[in-house]
Amino acid sequence: MTVLTETVDTTARAIEAGLFTWPAEQPRLIGSRCKACGLVTFPSTSGCSRCTADDTEQYLLATTGELWTWTVQGFRPKSPPYEGPVDFTPYLVGYVALPGEVKVETLIVGVGLDDVKIGMPMELVIVPFHSSVTDDALVTFAFQPVSAARPAVFTTAANPSNTGA
Amino acid sequence: MSDVAIVGVGMHPFGRHDISGMEQGAFAARAALADAGAQWSDVQYAFGGSAAAGNADTLVSTLGLTGVPFINVSNGCATGGSALISAYNAIKAGAADVVMVIGFDKHPRGAFDPQPSDYGIGDWYGQTGMMLTTQFFGMKIQRYMHEFGITRETLAKVAAKAFHNGSLNPNAWRRAPMTEEQILESTMIANPLTQYMFCSPGEGGVGLVLANTDVASKFTDKPVLLRSAVLRSRPFGSFEVFNPSLADQRGNSPSVAAAKAAFEQAGVGPDEVDVVQVQDTESGAEVMHLAECGFIEDGGQEDLIRSGATQLDGSLPVNTDGGCLANGEPIGASGLRQVYESVVQLRRQGGARQVKNEVKTAFTHVYGAPGISACTVLSV
Ligand SMILES: [Zn+2]
Repeated sequence: MTVLTETVDTTARAIEAGLFTWPAEQPRLIGSRCKACGLVTFPSTSGCSRCTADDTEQYLLATTGELWTWTVQGFRPKSPPYEGPVDFTPYLVGYVALPGEVKVETLIVGVGLDDVKIGMPMELVIVPFHSSVTDDALVTFAFQPVSAARPAVFTTAANPSNTGA
Repeated sequence: MSDVAIVGVGMHPFGRHDISGMEQGAFAARAALADAGAQWSDVQYAFGGSAAAGNADTLVSTLGLTGVPFINVSNGCATGGSALISAYNAIKAGAADVVMVIGFDKHPRGAFDPQPSDYGIGDWYGQTGMMLTTQFFGMKIQRYMHEFGITRETLAKVAAKAFHNGSLNPNAWRRAPMTEEQILESTMIANPLTQYMFCSPGEGGVGLVLANTDVASKFTDKPVLLRSAVLRSRPFGSFEVFNPSLADQRGNSPSVAAAKAAFEQAGVGPDEVDVVQVQDTESGAEVMHLAECGFIEDGGQEDLIRSGATQLDGSLPVNTDGGCLANGEPIGASGLRQVYESVVQLRRQGGARQVKNEVKTAFTHVYGAPGISACTVLSV
């Protein structure tokens, strides 16, 4: 299982633009909220699946929630579309329920098979994504247990104070 | 309005074969015609489909160029079910009295590599390793076990039953029984689901001859009534495959609506059903679908399955031919296999796998990405 000891490079590129605020002091997932009924979705969409309205606004999601369900990815997914490391390590995925907002499907880091539990408090983290198709430094989002050590954030000289505890 | 009967059924065995998917479809169609004592020239309308083995309507060059209207159906995992619904509606509408339904497929080992863009999702979802159906199945049953107290032993019992039933079915792919221990100890694929709790992509073909009940006696003295055939897509709040997020508010699965409508249209209730075929892509799916289709309350499956009720000699036999677990999943044929098996059970032609109790009413349920469900009710 992945346990976070890695440094996050704030000059790294987000795996996809518009998915989370980056670089940022406190990165947030970027969703949308229906102006008519208030439904929150992630990633952002232009229409509402609940009330069928077509007017939404950007909405930054909460960074903490509870693990709603999880599983393990035990074998290396097929490429394409998977672009993770060729040298495969099983990883956890799950849905984290952000209260009153939405349940987000996410990679889960900072916890192993023996300790992962439905209901555990989780928080958003930005983690390096080791691509098998590009040498560029990439980051993606994940959730980790609130109690887990935060990944060290390596920053450029402009913001040396932004270091995880 | 006319009623609809199934007057002939045919199948090409499921598994892995040296012939094309299309040839397996032709084999099944001919077997269905022979079973009905009908000729291809008797068929006035045809519907068929495959997900990966070619255009069904090209079968006319093998079966005969009679000029029959033949419509290709493509609707993911509900391709077969959708072809059947189209045939049912054609007879109901009076467009034809004798209609053929053909479903077939041929998937290599490890097939099914969906791309995010085909589902309207950003590339990041696949790049970072979340575009896998196995994860969805693992996460859905994980949550369900947490909420309703289903155990891993029950998941193993479902798979063991499937392989037992498959061992009694000459058309099944997996013919070797397997113990609950072997199933539990096989490779972990998507916690809590192990290798032998999952079905595999496979091959096979099924043909059905449907007729207006007014003309059914021309073909058989034992028609099986197709009482209803219903398809539904997902409602708001359901938990489906390939969803980067789920609504905070929980909704029903599309299977709940499809089963309810199928029972209403047929004028029978779940308590009147004698034999059940539900989608068992993995063993957790069988557990959850029994509740979604109305046969048991959530959580009641634990006792139901432990009591042996879902076995061939039980009060509610489920997936009597071994289901997807023992037959594999050739997408275009899979839903029609359930209807074939229902007809076999209603006619009491199941041989070693014939259920013990009397069978007057049967039910089928197919489910697939991205949240579609098709159900039928059949009776004699
Ligand atoms: Zn809305």
